[in-house]
Amino acid sequence: MKWAVLCIVAVLALVASVVLGPAAVPLGELLRSDIVWNLRAPRAVLAFLVGGSLGVAGAGLQALVRNPLADPFLLGLSGGAGLGAVLAIALHLPGPWVLPIAAFVGALAALVLVYRLGLVGGATLDPRILLLGGVAVGAFAAAITTAIVALADAAELRNAFLWLWGGLSTASWNAVLVVALYAPLPLAVLLAASRPLDLLALGEESAGYLGADVESVKRRVYLAASLLTAVAVAVSGVIGFVGLIVPHLARLTWGHRHRALLPAAFIGGGALLAIADTLARTAVAPRELPVGVVTALIGVPVFAFLLRRWTIA
Amino acid sequence: MLNLANVRYRYPGAPRDALTDVSISIGPGEFHAVLGPNGSGKTTLVRIALGALAPLVGRADVNGRSASQWSRRDLARQVGVVPQREDNLFPQRVRETVLLGRYPYLSLWGGERPEDHAAVDRALAACDAADLADRWVWTLSGGEYQRVRVARALAQTPSFLVLDEPGISLDLRHEMTLFELIRGLVDAQRLGVLMITHDLNLAARFADSLLLLRDGRPVASGAPADVLTQENVEAVFSWPVAMQTIDDRPQMIPLRQRPRPDHPTPSS
Repeated sequence: MKWAVLCIVAVLALVASVVLGPAAVPLGELLRSDIVWNLRAPRAVLAFLVGGSLGVAGAGLQALVRNPLADPFLLGLSGGAGLGAVLAIALHLPGPWVLPIAAFVGALAALVLVYRLGLVGGATLDPRILLLGGVAVGAFAAAITTAIVALADAAELRNAFLWLWGGLSTASWNAVLVVALYAPLPLAVLLAASRPLDLLALGEESAGYLGADVESVKRRVYLAASLLTAVAVAVSGVIGFVGLIVPHLARLTWGHRHRALLPAAFIGGGALLAIADTLARTAVAPRELPVGVVTALIGVPVFAFLLRRWTIA
Repeated sequence: MLNLANVRYRYPGAPRDALTDVSISIGPGEFHAVLGPNGSGKTTLVRIALGALAPLVGRADVNGRSASQWSRRDLARQVGVVPQREDNLFPQRVRETVLLGRYPYLSLWGGERPEDHAAVDRALAACDAADLADRWVWTLSGGEYQRVRVARALAQTPSFLVLDEPGISLDLRHEMTLFELIRGLVDAQRLGVLMITHDLNLAARFADSLLLLRDGRPVASGAPADVLTQENVEAVFSWPVAMQTIDDRPQMIPLRQRPRPDHPTPSS
């Protein structure tokens, strides 16, 4: 029943993001419209894939760092991606794909750096240090980014700045294809780690005694969740709060068992981002808001509510 | 058999050994308790017995195979553990947390089978916790919570049970209930039990064999009457005690601190 409701919401969100938009397309011509096929449809599908990936990455990371208020972008990836993108703009690197590729490379560099910091003594991955290392690496990357922005031409700043706040306006079927080919592997890795993630909620020691290979699980979950976040940031910039709030809302209905939670977080995250992107396109049409602004405007009040609920419980 | 033979261990960079020449051998239907002051090596002993640490000298075997050679999954089918501390990140119901004990039997993508739920029911019943099954874990009292954690270890259908200070912070009735439960499991299911405890008297009442450690060295081991003597207890814990016997088991009564010529002073 709850799965049916979730799927209906997701389908409605996708339909709405195809039907609604600043340009009026008559309903009868929806299927033949260029605007629908080449702009709205790929954008809706991309929003769904990115939102779903962020939802699953967030759910996995929250269990990994043992903090239900963790967001995938806490781990320094957004800082690295932003630095990569701004660097590409400042250096006037040519090509249509240069921004996402540079952002992806920046995110991967941050991922490797944080992972190295998290490997205390080279043997065990310490989730607390992972979190602190992510904040530190993110701050360092943000400092360099700001320095570059300060030295670059003013005209280019707006692009970089808006890009950092996330947006799906560059969506294309090619981008959809890239994500659709890339995301299934890390998604499958996280899904396969469902049961060990349940055990990790009891603490690493107990998880090990119940039969989980804790070190390997931690590495797989961190790498898979980070790789998902990296591709999300590459195609759509930093979209905050989806990876934080979606797992929470999913837990309210599906409980904390990851075998159900992760698929629910994928569908729920996809639906949420499709809705948020539709709002971003239509709320102030013909202008467009960065979708990260919309998710933050929705997300922060929900976050405050959850924070309050969590500290009371 | 859960077997430690002449084990020596030193943590990397530590100035002295955490364990020196320690041996213990636990067979089916045997209840062994490890006693000693804080820092005497009890927890290190458990980590070595469970293969989390490998001994520098000596052997640690589970059913004839080196403890550190077992995969975590296979070991979890042989040995159930009730660690001293753990916390639940997410709220959970009792049945769910006991079901986690079935993890070493589940396939990667498959769901829980009827036999898994049957094992959970049996474990809950054995721990007198069947009526707790639908409660939230965080609503349980300390004693109920420990019974549920023992049930989770039993759901692993192990041959051995390892418990680290299970009676700590429990009141009299709940602590006695827990020890009676463990003893009953040893006798009824032929479980081999290794328990770390600070409670000398309950260990002497319930266990078949005691191992008394000081500074990582075995001071005495064997039947409670041979291990829990006034001489041994005073030497290991540096405190004057008197001894009595109940049910043929030695019981220790700590004495007030006043200077007596025939007892060592606590500060020595």
